[in-house]
Amino acid sequence: MQKILIANRGEIALRIIKTCQKMGIETVAVYSEADKDMPFVTEATASYNIGAAPVSQSYLNIEAILNVARKEKVDAIHPGYGFLSENAEFAQTVEDEGIKYIGPDPETIKLMGDKILSRKTMATAGVPVVPGSNEGIKTLEEACRLAETMEYPVMLKASSGGGGIGMVRCENEQALIKAYEPTRARAKAYFGSDEVFVEKFISDARHIEVQIFGDHHGNRVTLFERDCSIQRRHQKVIEESPSPFLSDTTKNLMFQTALAAAEAVQYKNAGTIEFIVDEHENFYFLEMNTRLQVEHPVTEEITGIDLVKWQILVANGEKLPLGQESIQSSGHAIEFRLYAENPKTFLPSPGKIEVLDWDKGEGVRVDYGYVSNSVVTPYYDPMIAKCIIYGASRDEAIGRAKLFFANLKIEGIRTNAPLFIEVLKEEDFLKGRYTTNFLTNKTFAVN
Amino acid sequence: MKEISASMAGTVLNVMVAAGEEVTAGQEVFMLESMKMEIPIESNESGKVAELKVNIGDFVNEGDILLVLE
Repeated sequence: MQKILIANRGEIALRIIKTCQKMGIETVAVYSEADKDMPFVTEATASYNIGAAPVSQSYLNIEAILNVARKEKVDAIHPGYGFLSENAEFAQTVEDEGIKYIGPDPETIKLMGDKILSRKTMATAGVPVVPGSNEGIKTLEEACRLAETMEYPVMLKASSGGGGIGMVRCENEQALIKAYEPTRARAKAYFGSDEVFVEKFISDARHIEVQIFGDHHGNRVTLFERDCSIQRRHQKVIEESPSPFLSDTTKNLMFQTALAAAEAVQYKNAGTIEFIVDEHENFYFLEMNTRLQVEHPVTEEITGIDLVKWQILVANGEKLPLGQESIQSSGHAIEFRLYAENPKTFLPSPGKIEVLDWDKGEGVRVDYGYVSNSVVTPYYDPMIAKCIIYGASRDEAIGRAKLFFANLKIEGIRTNAPLFIEVLKEEDFLKGRYTTNFLTNKTFAVN
Repeated sequence: MKEISASMAGTVLNVMVAAGEEVTAGQEVFMLESMKMEIPIESNESGKVAELKVNIGDFVNEGDILLVLE
């Protein structure tokens, strides 16, 4: 493995470049017109402008990306997260070109990308799934009948959805009737398919996921959990490991279940099994993410393992460097996603970052995509950086996080940093008592 | 002629009104998706929809006209 093309942008492109540099691997960046001054473009060994700002003309343009890959004769392509990272057709095309795709088999991506098929596959493998449809819903009447049998509230979801888009919580039949057509229309516009399904809404839930890894030799391991319950608009904002809520018994059961799920699809490379956990610690399969997760640094900090390095080794046909018994968790890590957004309404706030600076204190890791004078354009996800704070204990990590945000300098655009300062003072957060409703149910003194 | 334009660049996720329909100030008329978020677009005036300039799935730039009121 001598040269890797990164089909992504921002912090994750930079994150992958860093591991490649350590491994002595050359990197090829592809970027859109809007990103030409971004740090990942200058940091890569070579970089190519592949098109205009809208994602369909650049980061989702498979042919433009492959042209660069052919010209540069790269050995492998890393898709990062988002964009083409869960596109089975892309993975297949890359492999057909004789280039290694850094991720699972295309068949696995396809199977897990269909939320209904993935539910079926997991149920067959003995993994508990959220009560809901076994097939796509054909008519509104069918949706109402099904919702009635499992009792409201229910979630109406797009079959090919993800990233928190295309799902609506329905409190009663009127709400379901009102949401049905718009949800289908949005699913069509956003994911290209208007198929929807209904799932029981689990209230007072936590969103906890298990990191798994597999190789091409039949080895599969888990790398502990991440608690990602603190969300806004069904998108994660704070993630931590270990979960401050789960008992060890439930954790171990979840790890075994995640391994069974990985086994069911003969999983290779990095993957994440997402579970929803109710207040009694009953857990249900939500979905499987067949790629590197945004919040993977949390796992890296508690295990000391470079997950991107493992991804590259596995794609190169090597065995997993460690067996399950050698993978240990130590200390506590919390990740805060710093977004260019209004901290009260959560609406995006693009613009020029005049100043971005922080104290590089003990236990502080910042995976950034932008620097001072970078411009956050309205074309992509508004995440500026991930601030990962480590401590020997949860209390120590929280103490360091308070210090980090008190000294963080970010000027020129609005960000959610003021929200983190408030969350870090909040009694329930400090005690680890929170569910996915945390940010919506509480009022924070930010404006 | 009054116009409603996009407050941000993004993809049109939903069009909540049809040509000929009466809208009131503050009514949500479009849902855009931008930066992985749903951004509601409200009408700033009351009036009758004369023309819709975009369809679901279209990409719009900041300032593009989405709808014209009579």
